[in-house]
Amino acid sequence: MKSVIARPVATAILLFARAVTAVRPIWSDSGPPRRRSVYFANHSSHGDFILIWAVLPPRLRRRVRPVAGADYWLKSKLRRFIGRDVFNAVLIERDRDRRTVDPVAQMGEAMREGSSLILFPEGTRNQTDEPLQPFKSGLYHLATLQPDFDLVPVWITNLNRVMPKGEFIPVPLICTVTFGAPLRLAEGESKEAFLQRASNALLALSPGKASE
Amino acid sequence: MSQTQSDMLVLVLGICGVLLVASFVGHMLERRLSPDGSNAAIENLNARINAWWIMAILIAVAFLAGRIGVLILFAFCSFAALREFVTLTNTRRADHWALATAFFVVLPAQYVLLWFENYGIFSVFIPVYAFLLMPIISAVRGDTQHFLVRIAEVQWALMICVFCASHVPALLTLHIPGYEGRNVLLIAFLVIVVQLSDVLQYVWGKMLGRTRIAPNLSPSKTVEGFVGGVASASLIGAGLWWITPFTPLQAGAMAFVITLMGFFGGLVMSAIKRDRGVKDWGHLIEGHGGLIDRLDSVVFSAPVFFHLTRYWWSLT
Repeated sequence: MKSVIARPVATAILLFARAVTAVRPIWSDSGPPRRRSVYFANHSSHGDFILIWAVLPPRLRRRVRPVAGADYWLKSKLRRFIGRDVFNAVLIERDRDRRTVDPVAQMGEAMREGSSLILFPEGTRNQTDEPLQPFKSGLYHLATLQPDFDLVPVWITNLNRVMPKGEFIPVPLICTVTFGAPLRLAEGESKEAFLQRASNALLALSPGKASE
Repeated sequence: MSQTQSDMLVLVLGICGVLLVASFVGHMLERRLSPDGSNAAIENLNARINAWWIMAILIAVAFLAGRIGVLILFAFCSFAALREFVTLTNTRRADHWALATAFFVVLPAQYVLLWFENYGIFSVFIPVYAFLLMPIISAVRGDTQHFLVRIAEVQWALMICVFCASHVPALLTLHIPGYEGRNVLLIAFLVIVVQLSDVLQYVWGKMLGRTRIAPNLSPSKTVEGFVGGVASASLIGAGLWWITPFTPLQAGAMAFVITLMGFFGGLVMSAIKRDRGVKDWGHLIEGHGGLIDRLDSVVFSAPVFFHLTRYWWSLT
């Protein structure tokens, strides 16, 4: 029953996101990604993963699962429905002490099952003046776990202006989603070096940097 | 069939004919010069022509649906234009409520007021009431940084994208003796003359353009394109007198004013784009850029055309 409602709800969310943001993908030189990937993006709004999901070609969209915090998406019935049934999110427990399963294992499982992932390596929404917060190590662990996956940096612009924290009415503004060239873990690369390289690759897609 | 309907049919057939010729020429150029899709100018030309088909069909459908169709079409244009405009402004978090009000209260209210055809309110609602209300909402949030710039930008966005744009459907509110029920043709006259003027300036500029008219604002605009485009669009406007309440001479003069305003509107909107460091306002219309890129000249000419017509021809 739930899945019967989930499809039209997904379409409605897609139309709403397009109406408000007119969201447009900017692909890297190699065009839209063709294979299963981990999309890692900057995080400033709960709607971030929706924009990435909305611009992916339908064929890829069907196989992509956002990684999101269980504490937020299990809080109410509506959120649970949207997170679990509509977007099939991989819900992870962010609080170390309350954890019963390892988030990396959960994500690895989803990847083995053939899904792509949308991941926000900053861990939480960025409320600072810095364009990007330091990455958590999850991205590195995924890269070691599934070395044959492409890691695609994705920069989302303007969504933080559409819906700043604490506001409940979105203001329509045009958003873009910029995809960078895929990364892989290099042979013998340390965790710190890899995370720094991934962070730089993502930051290089931000509008301020891209025009320099 | 009424006189209005048969005039409309002639217009639709004429526009279809022009677009068919354009599509045919574009197709021939593509086959001869860009068979593998490598010539960017020709690909862009064909994208533009295809977008013209869609725009013409949308307008025709709105006209068929009558007053409500025209109002909905232009309300949507205002929405998309405002979305493009506000994206390029310096608004901050403290403007969030003001912006939400602009999109979800002021914009719909303007078109509802037009529906009720009360000139005394729809012509002052944004210049007076929104003008005073917007800065109040922003001030209440207490963020003073760049305050004047921010509120000025929001007001400008509303004036251009909602107030001025709404003067196209406002033509439906005029009551011109002997022209009852034909007002939709005034909209057709305005839109055809403005858009033809844009196209003809482009064509004349491509054929004869030597001297750039405003190199700092728009590298593609030339004196030759400007003179040729304005002159030929004014002549065509005069030739369209039979769909207006004007004599041929008056229709030509009106078309001349419309094309001049349209040209300068394009310049002003280009200046804003240069200032913000973008080439186009957006990507809504394939080959043309954003909606404002297509609407800029209409927005500047519509209020002037509306008031000239109202002052000399209308009873209301």
